[in-house]
Amino acid sequence: MNTKSLLIRNGRIIDPANRVDQQGDLLVQDGCIAEPGGTLPADVREIDAAGCWVVPGLIDMHVHLREPGEEYKEDILSGTRAAAAGGFTGVACMPNTKPVNDCRAVTLMILQLAVKGDARVYPVGAISKNSDGTSLAEIGEMRQAGIVAVSDDGLPVRDSQLMRRAMEYSDDFGLVVISHSEEPSLSQGVMNEGVVSTRLGLRGIPTAAESIMVYREIALAEYTGKRVHIAHVSTAMSTDLIRSAKARGVRVTAETTPHYFTLTDEAVEGYNTNAKMNPPLRAEEDRQAIRLGLSDGTFDAIATDHAPHSILEKEVEFDLAMNGIIGLETSLPLSLALVRDGVIDEKRLVELMSLNPATILGLKAGTLSLGAVADITVINPDRAFCYSEDQVVSKSKNSPFLGWNLLGRAVYTIMGGRITHEIR
Amino acid sequence: MATGYQFFHRHILDIGHLSADDIDHILNTAESLKEISDRSIKKVPTLRGKTIVNLFFEPSTRTRLSFEIAAKRMSGDTFNISASTSSATKGETLIDTARNIQAMRPDIIIMRHSFSGAPYMLTKYVDAAVINAGDGTHEHPSQALLDLMTVREHKGLLANLKVAIIGDIAHSRVAHSNISGFTKMGAQVFVHGPSTFIPVGLSQLGATVCSSLREAVQDADVVMTLRIQKERQNDPLLPSFREYAEQYGITSERASWAKPDALIMHPGPINRGIELMPDVADSSQSVILDQVTNGVAVRMALLYLVLSSEV
Repeated sequence: MNTKSLLIRNGRIIDPANRVDQQGDLLVQDGCIAEPGGTLPADVREIDAAGCWVVPGLIDMHVHLREPGEEYKEDILSGTRAAAAGGFTGVACMPNTKPVNDCRAVTLMILQLAVKGDARVYPVGAISKNSDGTSLAEIGEMRQAGIVAVSDDGLPVRDSQLMRRAMEYSDDFGLVVISHSEEPSLSQGVMNEGVVSTRLGLRGIPTAAESIMVYREIALAEYTGKRVHIAHVSTAMSTDLIRSAKARGVRVTAETTPHYFTLTDEAVEGYNTNAKMNPPLRAEEDRQAIRLGLSDGTFDAIATDHAPHSILEKEVEFDLAMNGIIGLETSLPLSLALVRDGVIDEKRLVELMSLNPATILGLKAGTLSLGAVADITVINPDRAFCYSEDQVVSKSKNSPFLGWNLLGRAVYTIMGGRITHEIR
Repeated sequence: MATGYQFFHRHILDIGHLSADDIDHILNTAESLKEISDRSIKKVPTLRGKTIVNLFFEPSTRTRLSFEIAAKRMSGDTFNISASTSSATKGETLIDTARNIQAMRPDIIIMRHSFSGAPYMLTKYVDAAVINAGDGTHEHPSQALLDLMTVREHKGLLANLKVAIIGDIAHSRVAHSNISGFTKMGAQVFVHGPSTFIPVGLSQLGATVCSSLREAVQDADVVMTLRIQKERQNDPLLPSFREYAEQYGITSERASWAKPDALIMHPGPINRGIELMPDVADSSQSVILDQVTNGVAVRMALLYLVLSSEV
């Protein structure tokens, strides 16, 4: 299958990097995008993409693959299979594995395991050694080994001086710092603080816990002139802070997730541990503000924060349940709903899910330029399916969207010319 | 109550799932069962052959004793499991504990747990009826029902009464159940306390948050004070008990702002001299021990009703 050529016919090709949005055919030869026309190779496989969108392979810049160390939740092979099933050809994996990806050896191990995966794996290195927030990890060496960014994701960097130094030092290596923005003393709760937490008697996390730290990162980026990327933004106030910082020219980028633009804290009702994540699901006004931020360009990327947990961590009392949900297989359909709702258009969807993550991380991806590596997603926006538990490709099933009827999905995922996922 | 009314609740987890008719029915049942406790032989055969497990993951004297007496007065067989002796300390999950207890075929499990929502989880793994005896900072429905019973007994009705609840509303499961219960029965609930004790969104749950103690207590029919804690899990809520007593404690002078025949209530245990001054707690207006007496009757009613609503 690898060596075969592919001719993707009659699709709507959407390639924002090249300002393309037109009906046409796309030829893949030797794993790269080739010039159509001329004589087709004898072994060419034709893919009928009528009614479908042909876009650069989707990239999720924020996932947890759990390997090394917690392979019972997910591993690099299962995680990349889930990615391919969701239309992703590349994922950036956070370093909070066991051990933490804070050195070349771990980075190399991840990359080696990923060779057999169904999606490209872009490792994110730790900011601090063991992500303990005290001293810088060997970022330069990890860069040489292949990391694409640094983050202590899962934990906030409490020490502002360390964060400042991380922004300065990483920039020398062309790496962006990804901030998990959370003021720890304010975020001792288990869900959003609001009427729902009061009704359920669960300890709340105020929106200020996030915005305080978002503002700190902006202040540091503004002062140093360096880059920062804000991960998994969940609140209206954070969105406003990022919008105004961008207007001032601060080098800040930001992502949000499908759950923050789809759900609110009402999803916790019934003590649903599959609606427990950090930052938590917020109120309706936050959800609306996130959607506005997607529409007006405040957000650069949609990422999933794919966080697999087994029933050992989720079928427990709500207070004891671990934070996080899987998202790779539901991200595209939930984002397509934004297009149907008129929040964003098709071009912007491709920017948010492919071109911009590639740009932020400095990847040679996110385009369908001639000669580019053939990472392609073919999306049927009208393909309906029920996301039932038996369909879940990820090892873990912790999704609040189980049982949802979703509309639109990837029908082909192609990585370097190889079909990693297809639905006939 | 509508004709053809039938009580149908397999579990009693919170007040929110009960209708006003359900609450009336529970209180009527409790009133009819109350006299059993005044007999010389305090026993009826209603729950003979029924197994009732008190599964308490948090210390409790009053509530556990009250449920146990309620069950025994109806001839139920009661068994007590407390956190110190339970498998929880051996690392067993709540689900496994639940499945093991279920395997011994209990009819009712009465559960107290320090985590909100734990009784909901229990219902998914057992066939027994589950009664919430207090879960985290969520609800304590039997306490609210005994409070409603006590007020109805003294005032004859619940509708249009002014009920003042003073103290730590945010962390009180009793307050949460009472706000839900009293508003459902047509009473008006006014709350006051330091802002560190007032949770977000309280007004959306039907309570009026008052900016002064006087506003809350003025002309009230019921003044309920809550047990307070100075800090919880490193969360500094109050400078000192002394200051709380001075600013928010119910003294006889402050109690006099309420109607002359107002009821003074407290779910216990009382911090005497902090949220409630001893002379008020022991005054003729105090119905604190009536609450405890009615607790047995309400719990007898709940035990009876959850089993009689079996299909």
